[in-house]
Amino acid sequence: MASDPLHQFQINPVVELPKIGGLDISLTNSAAFMIAATVLATGLLVMGMRGRALVPGRLQSVAELLYEFIAGMVRENAGAEARKYFPFVFSIFTFILFGNLLGMIPGAFTFTSHIIVTFALAAVVFLFVTILALVKHGLHFFSFFFPAGAPIALAPLIIPIEIISYLSRPVSLSIRLFANMMAGHTMLKVFAGFTVSMGAAMGAAGYAFGFVPVLLNVALVGFEILVAFMQAYVFTILTCIYIRDAIELH
Amino acid sequence: MDAEAAKFIGAGLAMFALAGVGIGIGNIFSNLIASIGRNPAARGQVFGIGILGFALTEAVALFALLIAFLILFA
Repeated sequence: MASDPLHQFQINPVVELPKIGGLDISLTNSAAFMIAATVLATGLLVMGMRGRALVPGRLQSVAELLYEFIAGMVRENAGAEARKYFPFVFSIFTFILFGNLLGMIPGAFTFTSHIIVTFALAAVVFLFVTILALVKHGLHFFSFFFPAGAPIALAPLIIPIEIISYLSRPVSLSIRLFANMMAGHTMLKVFAGFTVSMGAAMGAAGYAFGFVPVLLNVALVGFEILVAFMQAYVFTILTCIYIRDAIELH
Repeated sequence: MDAEAAKFIGAGLAMFALAGVGIGIGNIFSNLIASIGRNPAARGQVFGIGILGFALTEAVALFALLIAFLILFA
């Protein structure tokens, strides 16, 4: 395993497949972990709810907790009308959550640490919300960029600022998730490398105190698990807020 | 000054943005603690918004880190 902290983000083919029309369709480590995240999430929900006990057992409790958490989030932040978009919000949350958590396994690949993956997710959210607003409100959608009650003299200033801040939503959504995951994992790798370089550079004293970076890494792994949950939560709650903006504030 | 040295200086200067982020995150959590202290029953409601605010502010820190990486490696 290379000691370069950025080597862990390299995409490698897992199952080599032939090129079709110039496109390499090999199954990569990123795709394999995406499949694993989907299978795990589906397995948790299907197997958990299989018993359908009125008083839930352990697995069913976890599945119900996950459902209720997202249902409550949609109800509060997206409004009662947005109930039909619950499957979409739930899928986004579980995909990102399982992706982040699978990346915490030592030696695993974090597929949310690539900007193209997070940008695809953020673009889907942005396009969905914009098309929803356009379908629901038609051309009245453009009144979103001029908040009611603002003095009309400031319109040439407010409207470009509002448009730019609206267009920056997918950018900030994607970069927030990507940078958190990439920075977190790079930090873990750098601190882990300190133990190796301490042993190499300082000789006997380095070997004796080599456990100190490991203790720090334990704390950082705990922090990274918290960040995994939090980033999935923030992505999802912002999706709910954007859905509410599309339904109501236009 | 050659390009390598300028890149390192630029990446270091990009870290000044973290001062604002530190103040912002401290603000969010100090207000969170104060509001829970005043009204412990509101904890469930304000905690979620507090975490959302923290994550949004931390995103700004990561934007600064991204710019530093872009300066260093691109």
